[in-house]
Amino acid sequence: MAKITAGVATSHVPLVGVAVDKGMTEEEYFSPLFEGFERSKAWIKEQDPDVVILVYNDHASAFSLELIPTFALGCAPKFSIADEGWGAREVPEVIGHPELAWHIAQSAILDEFDLTIVNKMSVDHGLTVPLSLMFGQPDAWPCPVIPLAVNVIQFPPPTGNRCFNLGKAIRRAVSSYPEDLKVVIFGTGGMSHQLQGPRNGMINKEFDKFYLDNIGPHPEKLIAIDHEKYLREAGSEGIELVMWLIMRGALGDDLEEIHRLYHVPISNTAFGHLILEDRSA
Amino acid sequence: MSGKSYKDIPGTYVFDAAHSCQGYELNMFMMSLIKSENRTAFKADEAGYLTQFSLTDAQTDAVLKRDWNGMLEEGGNVYYTLKLAATDGTPYEAAYAAMAGMERSKLRAMMISGGRPPEGNQYLSDWKDGKP
Repeated sequence: MAKITAGVATSHVPLVGVAVDKGMTEEEYFSPLFEGFERSKAWIKEQDPDVVILVYNDHASAFSLELIPTFALGCAPKFSIADEGWGAREVPEVIGHPELAWHIAQSAILDEFDLTIVNKMSVDHGLTVPLSLMFGQPDAWPCPVIPLAVNVIQFPPPTGNRCFNLGKAIRRAVSSYPEDLKVVIFGTGGMSHQLQGPRNGMINKEFDKFYLDNIGPHPEKLIAIDHEKYLREAGSEGIELVMWLIMRGALGDDLEEIHRLYHVPISNTAFGHLILEDRSA
Repeated sequence: MSGKSYKDIPGTYVFDAAHSCQGYELNMFMMSLIKSENRTAFKADEAGYLTQFSLTDAQTDAVLKRDWNGMLEEGGNVYYTLKLAATDGTPYEAAYAAMAGMERSKLRAMMISGGRPPEGNQYLSDWKDGKP
């Protein structure tokens, strides 16, 4: 049977992709981040997952205002790299896992989570930056990736509770897949940040620490955070953190925190990263 | 989300239903810039290119003047708006600084020293004359 063995949370700032692609990772501004990820890269190499489920948001790349799916699951065999306005990142194309993705879609829909099934979409920095951070710059990504795009741009995004429960449905789906597969799930975005308007640049370290401290042992404290609190206290883009709760919902409760990184700033963002291993797996 | 209580968050445009309807054409213009050939056409004749979209005068004006907050005010969403910055070759940081009404170096210095603090920046009543 397939099983989810670990969760990875990480921010997905576009500037990180620029730093990787242009060889700036050793610059003073970036080195605390990339040095912190050395441990993560070694860890995932050892984990050697068969599949990654990557929860992220599209930033007006694959989806425009013409179509705004709340939860869109990538079921295609492959996903092209999006041009976000300055040309596509030169990273390997993303190979999907249609069999497991379709299984998750069917299982979740019958479990009353009405996912949108996507057979063609490009993926932007929301998905490729976490891959670069965890896997570096290989010629091909080391395993298939199932993208799960969550709307966090058009207000309102799904609630934290809904995201957490979707994570649980994904866990049920994966555990009913007959092939022996080791699956790692990434929850990306956040932490506190605001990119727009006169208040941009707001960072809330206290909020972020509360999030990092509680997502493993006490997710119920985070599920209770409503949209207004995210907007007001974590910045208008800080609401991306609901995507971490999908990752958390897909894990059991016997967790070990393997690694934690928190660094301010990367661009206008408080960069957060956690690795949680699932001991019940 | 009763009664849009998030409206009293200072300096923040929440991209809600009203904002999305107001900015649909503006954002779709910006979305068109993800194609290289459209970026070329826009750069060659900005005002002419914009006539393909049903923009209001205020939206057109904000785009042509690169009034970043003006675009947000008129229904733009930041992720769409940044595609215009990318098309111009304007670093995101420069656009953020313009929105914040700060020199780019000052914004960077503020971020490196930990960012804009949450204290004093959560309620409209915290700000004087709509400014931090």
